[in-house]
Amino acid sequence: MSEPSSLSNRPSALIGSWPDAAGRFGPFGGRFVAETLMGPIEELAAAYERFSADPAFHAEFRAELRDFVGRPSPLYHARRLSETVGGAQLWLKREDLNHTGAHKVNNTVGQALLATRMGKTRIIAETGAGQHGVAAATVAARLGLECVVYMGEEDVHRQAPNVYRMRLLGAEVRSVTSGTRTLKDALNEAMRDWVTNIDDTYYIIGTVAGPHPYPQMVRDFNSVIGREAREQILDRAGRLPDAVVACVGGGSNAIGMFHAFLDDPEVELYGVEAAGDGLETGRHAAPLSAGRPGVLHGNRTYLMQDGDGQIEGTHSVSAGLDYPGVGPEHAWLKDLGRAVYTSATDAETLAAFERLTRIEGIIPALEPSHALAHAEKLARERSSSDIVIVNLSGRGDKDIPTVAALQGIGDLPG
Amino acid sequence: MSRLEARFRALREEGRAALVPFVAAGDPAPEITRRLLPRLVDAGADVIELGVPFSDPMADGPVIQRAGERALAAGMSLSGVLDIVRGFRENDAGTAVVLMGYLNPIAAMGPARFADEAAAAGVDGVIVVDMPPEEGEPLLAALRERGIDPVFLLSPTTSTERMRRIASEGAGFLYYVSLKGITGAGHLDTGAVAEALARVRTVSDLPVGVGFGIADADSARRIAAVADAVVVGSAIVRRVEEALDDPERIPGHVAAFVAELRGAVDAAAAEGSGR
Repeated sequence: MSEPSSLSNRPSALIGSWPDAAGRFGPFGGRFVAETLMGPIEELAAAYERFSADPAFHAEFRAELRDFVGRPSPLYHARRLSETVGGAQLWLKREDLNHTGAHKVNNTVGQALLATRMGKTRIIAETGAGQHGVAAATVAARLGLECVVYMGEEDVHRQAPNVYRMRLLGAEVRSVTSGTRTLKDALNEAMRDWVTNIDDTYYIIGTVAGPHPYPQMVRDFNSVIGREAREQILDRAGRLPDAVVACVGGGSNAIGMFHAFLDDPEVELYGVEAAGDGLETGRHAAPLSAGRPGVLHGNRTYLMQDGDGQIEGTHSVSAGLDYPGVGPEHAWLKDLGRAVYTSATDAETLAAFERLTRIEGIIPALEPSHALAHAEKLARERSSSDIVIVNLSGRGDKDIPTVAALQGIGDLPG
Repeated sequence: MSRLEARFRALREEGRAALVPFVAAGDPAPEITRRLLPRLVDAGADVIELGVPFSDPMADGPVIQRAGERALAAGMSLSGVLDIVRGFRENDAGTAVVLMGYLNPIAAMGPARFADEAAAAGVDGVIVVDMPPEEGEPLLAALRERGIDPVFLLSPTTSTERMRRIASEGAGFLYYVSLKGITGAGHLDTGAVAEALARVRTVSDLPVGVGFGIADADSARRIAAVADAVVVGSAIVRRVEEALDDPERIPGHVAAFVAELRGAVDAAAAEGSGR
């Protein structure tokens, strides 16, 4: 067994050492923003560089993850699910057990600590499913910061429980009615707020997208997921997994899980996008599977766009994956062939959701249910000596009204 | 000499500031824009800034967002915008046309093809809002090769050192964003703008235009007293919106406002500006 303490000290020439100084992951990433944001972004990058090298900052971050978030999260061997599916062993990284119910809080804790060190008193965030918004509102309450969360009007309706949670926590939730009224428009609106209030405001982007340094910073704060999982599986099984699977919307839980394994070539990495009604229908949210490179929200990456370069609307049963772009590091890992990107339809996702709920007594969020759906396919093709880890990035409480409506259960409020 | 350079040189000799109205191409329909452009010139426009609609206009306020949505709904695309410029050039060889938009539609067309077609259509300058000079290649080289001026934005958050770098990449004119915020915001501080322009002029001899937040004749006059060009966007688009129920009225309604702005800009010259 390898020595866990050496795991994060990988040689700098390896894949995991990206991005470069300009924030590029190969041809992807970069800093495509209006001039007014260049100064604030350079200031943010300088602050992040300074504090990410500061042992006191790290100690505080680790203490918050332990005492406030509840880390480390367990790595759970889902034996009944594995037997039911047949084939490989399925292990679940239980990010759903974190405080606030998803991996998003790893990042908001880190960025909020950075915000306070930069002297900012107001934080803003965009949210789709509401998990990032809740995580931002939570750390804002914890640190006494003012918080405004932008959320597409459509998502405000379909994720009502999370809207209440944010308001209970003292955040102001602003419903966004421009464009397609979903996550991408919430991100546009948050950028507009930031550019207008840059003196006192810190923008906590919730995924590994946006201009440099966001993709790197959000990845770094979430990479605790994969570091823990790698250590846990070495400890429990005595070896590395054969495959690691995570859902990909913007891609923060996936990159957080993948990063510790990037330089272990024997570990296959699978990112699962939302195929919605099916890739062939055009009603999906799968830019890596069916899009092409372009520039949106500050970085160059794979996008869902039409022939004129207009961004297309997305469709997914899960609001958290309803995004037409993806983090630039995923775009790079796809082109390098280091990770394989695939997709799961709404129907496959709901079946996996139901299976985990009934067989393991764990109600997953719809987002990682996409990863579960693909992991089950992988497991069936393999033997029981193989190990597949799924990042169970969030719990499904927020999705209960959605699933109830789809199953025709009805009579649930909300 | 480029059209932008020639126009700014002539205006400087007259002691006047340039008037640069912005309209979103295709708002609310391509045909309306085709008829509106010559009316802008008759009303006193020196340079026309033509907005290329994009689905995700992150730097724009609600007024220009709505204009872009109307234009996209009417089928406007980057090729369609170039068509409009081509048509305009058939009858106007002197008024400079600057496109303003976001990078992705240009990237989708391809930088070289875009530069070719823009040059052939008679485009003089291009502002790509979300493309700082650091991310400018390969588009910048393609534009320069065809004699199209890359116009860059400067903002209240731009350091003097950074201004120097941006100025060295830009041509035609520099566009100073008068406030921290999005287009159409309403807190214009003329004193702060004057100070910033003094800073810009220590690093560049290019003409300097000012935009974002110039809402009426009075603010246009105040900015004309300190800047080489006055850019008015949201306030003009608002005039388009006022006439949406009868689109035939749009060219006349907008032209009347632009004529009012022209009067205000020239009044600043008559008062003897500090330019």
